[in-house]
Amino acid sequence: MSATVKTLVNQPYKYGFVTDIEADTIPRGLSEDVIRLISAKKEEPEFMLEFRLKAFRQWQKMTEPAWSNVKYPPINYQDIIYYSAPKKKPKLNSLEEVDPTLLETFEKLGIPLSEQKRLSNVAVDAIFDSVSVATTFKEKLAEEGVIFCSISEALREYPELVQKYLGSVVPIADNYFAALNSAVFSDGSFVYVPKNTKCPMELSTYFRINSGDTGQFERTLIVAEEGSYVSYLEGCTAPMYDTNQLHAAVVELVALDNAEIKYSTVQNWYAGDENGKGGIYNFVTKRGLCQGVNSKISWTQVETGSAITWKYPSCVLVGDNSVGEFYSVALTNNMQQADTGTKMVHVGKNTRSTIVSKGISAGRSSNSYRGLVKVSPNAKGARNYSQCDSMLIGDNAHANTFPYIQVQNNTARVEHEASTSKIGEEQLFYFSQRGISAEDAVSMMISGFCKDVFNQLPMEFAVEADRLLSLKLEGSVG
Amino acid sequence: MIVENSGTVLSVRDLTAEVEGTPILKGVNLEIKAGEIHAIMGPNGSGKSTFSKVLAGHPAYKVTGGEVIFQGNNLLEMEPEERAQSGVFMAFQYPLEIPGVTNLDFLRVAYNSRRKVQGLEELDAFDFDEIVQEKLEVVKMNPTFLNRSVNEGFSGGEKKRNEILQMALLEPKLAILDETDSGLDIDALKIVANGVNQLATPDNAILLITHYQRLLNYIVPDFVHVMADGRVITSGGKELALELESRGYDWVLEENVSEVGAK
Ligand SMILES: Nc1ncnc2c1ncn2[C@@H]1O[C@H](COP(=O)(O)OP(=O)(O)OP(=O)(O)O)[C@@H](O)[C@H]1O
Ligand SMILES: [Mg+2]
Repeated sequence: MSATVKTLVNQPYKYGFVTDIEADTIPRGLSEDVIRLISAKKEEPEFMLEFRLKAFRQWQKMTEPAWSNVKYPPINYQDIIYYSAPKKKPKLNSLEEVDPTLLETFEKLGIPLSEQKRLSNVAVDAIFDSVSVATTFKEKLAEEGVIFCSISEALREYPELVQKYLGSVVPIADNYFAALNSAVFSDGSFVYVPKNTKCPMELSTYFRINSGDTGQFERTLIVAEEGSYVSYLEGCTAPMYDTNQLHAAVVELVALDNAEIKYSTVQNWYAGDENGKGGIYNFVTKRGLCQGVNSKISWTQVETGSAITWKYPSCVLVGDNSVGEFYSVALTNNMQQADTGTKMVHVGKNTRSTIVSKGISAGRSSNSYRGLVKVSPNAKGARNYSQCDSMLIGDNAHANTFPYIQVQNNTARVEHEASTSKIGEEQLFYFSQRGISAEDAVSMMISGFCKDVFNQLPMEFAVEADRLLSLKLEGSVG
Repeated sequence: MIVENSGTVLSVRDLTAEVEGTPILKGVNLEIKAGEIHAIMGPNGSGKSTFSKVLAGHPAYKVTGGEVIFQGNNLLEMEPEERAQSGVFMAFQYPLEIPGVTNLDFLRVAYNSRRKVQGLEELDAFDFDEIVQEKLEVVKMNPTFLNRSVNEGFSGGEKKRNEILQMALLEPKLAILDETDSGLDIDALKIVANGVNQLATPDNAILLITHYQRLLNYIVPDFVHVMADGRVITSGGKELALELESRGYDWVLEENVSEVGAK
């Protein structure tokens, strides 16, 4: 093949700036003392410190997983800073008291927090390095009984609720990174939707890593009571550093009888430069528990950033007739690596799951889908449909699929479809012969390829996601 | 400075080109004026498709010599999409399938890219729909093809028709139709030929590449050229096609090879 489909070049990363702000930063390294310090800084209840210490002790006995299809040099966990917060202590109840530099930062990221400029129907929790700096529309949500605040605040205001559910879906020693997160997590979002309540607006958390040496370990917990509904979206960006930062989050979702949680992610952490220098290590554990009958959890993710993504948002379908869904677009370019997918664990009767995964690999990147569909002996009538499509752009990118299927009930029906396509020179020539530029051609093909996933995103973000992918591939061909 | 001969659409002189180091075109000469229909015939592998792809600017083919003037401009200096936008259209011998992109979107974006270059306003989906419905008539194509992905799962003949639909929309100055007749059934051949005839005007030019005289019964060429081993070895009127049909290529090759070789 000749030179048309060239090595892909990333569009300059728009969100790569650093905010100059005075921070309260603890010394590097991890020990029981550091954990006590974090817990003290956050003025946490005693049970939380116990939780953290227990996790830390477990973590020390564990080893980093090596089974995924990603490669990176060893991480020195003693060289990471585990807590860094903007110095002026944010007053969570009044935006006027938030440091203007921070408001400005979020505005620059396209997330206006001030009263006048807010997104009209989206409540936002803004997290900067280790802490939440502001949450919008809290009062309006409170009218419906919906709690939306930072997890730190929740630990102070609603400790029983947090204690009841924290670690109930992702146990503290679930895996290496989850254990680390359980020990050191600094902030994240907490959502509680009461019985028979439809959350009146989209909820959204925006994660911003600012500091160069700080790991970000956020923790999100969403509880949907019987008959409730909530749609939640998270977005992420980070500055461009030529070192790597660790982001090890844990997200837990609990849906009770007839409840539905829709969780969407648009991940655009800094991916490193075209030679693979710098970028975020995104090692995340996300799991939803469909505990109640007829409950439903739906994950939609658009993963475009990070040097390495290691992430498997999963559903444990315990309630009879519960439904799990996973819709994913993972795009890798240059030297990015992604090993992502889902686990659908069918426990209850007549549980159903759908997996739609679209992997796009460009440059010299590597993109793997890894998924598990597990049907337990009692899951009579369980059904799964999986579709995993890969698209390659150029000749130097890699795509893999690792679908694992374990069926222990013979009434189950599991279907799997996979395809690989390629945007090659001949197709691009066809477009250009009709007067369409290579960039428009790629973006049309990519939008078409991702349509089934974008359709699942909240409207406000679907267009954004489409645009983001085009941006990421701009300059990649021709 | 290039002196433009007002009637000339395309002028090709001593064009040579190679693919992956292998010379394919070995000195092509051709002159096409507005309002003319030309046909190129010639044995398999003689370079007909290569010639059309070189004109369209396919990146895999490297031009090693000669010149191509299109409407007074050096065509070889233009990017493929510029060539298309300025009126060069090629109906592919093997049209590509584009999964995930609807035919309608594809047509609209192509149509608008041409309009943009002409300084016209781009049409929205609604206005475009009216235009495209009109053009479907030209090739008698069912509107359901608009909502399917470009060429995906189309039969061979349907793909060819879709190419002519694109031609109808883009109204090119020079249309190169590479074996558009192959794969068409008898009725479809008539429909497509009829469509092409409707699209031929005194201002544009058409270059047909075909193996069969049959097409030329419906689209009557002003000139017929024979290509062999990367050159146009002889040219004539529409009678030449009839003669080729009855006698094959051997006699032309014999009569012309020495002449070309001496050149
Ligand atoms: N990409 C390529 N790599 C190698 N050889 C090529 C390539 N493209 C064309 N050729 C060769 O160039 C020669 C001319 O091919 P071309 O497709 O132009 O012939 P054609 O006259 O259109 O033939 P047909 O009548 O069968 O369509 C053939 O020998 C072909 O194998
Ligand atoms: Mg050919």
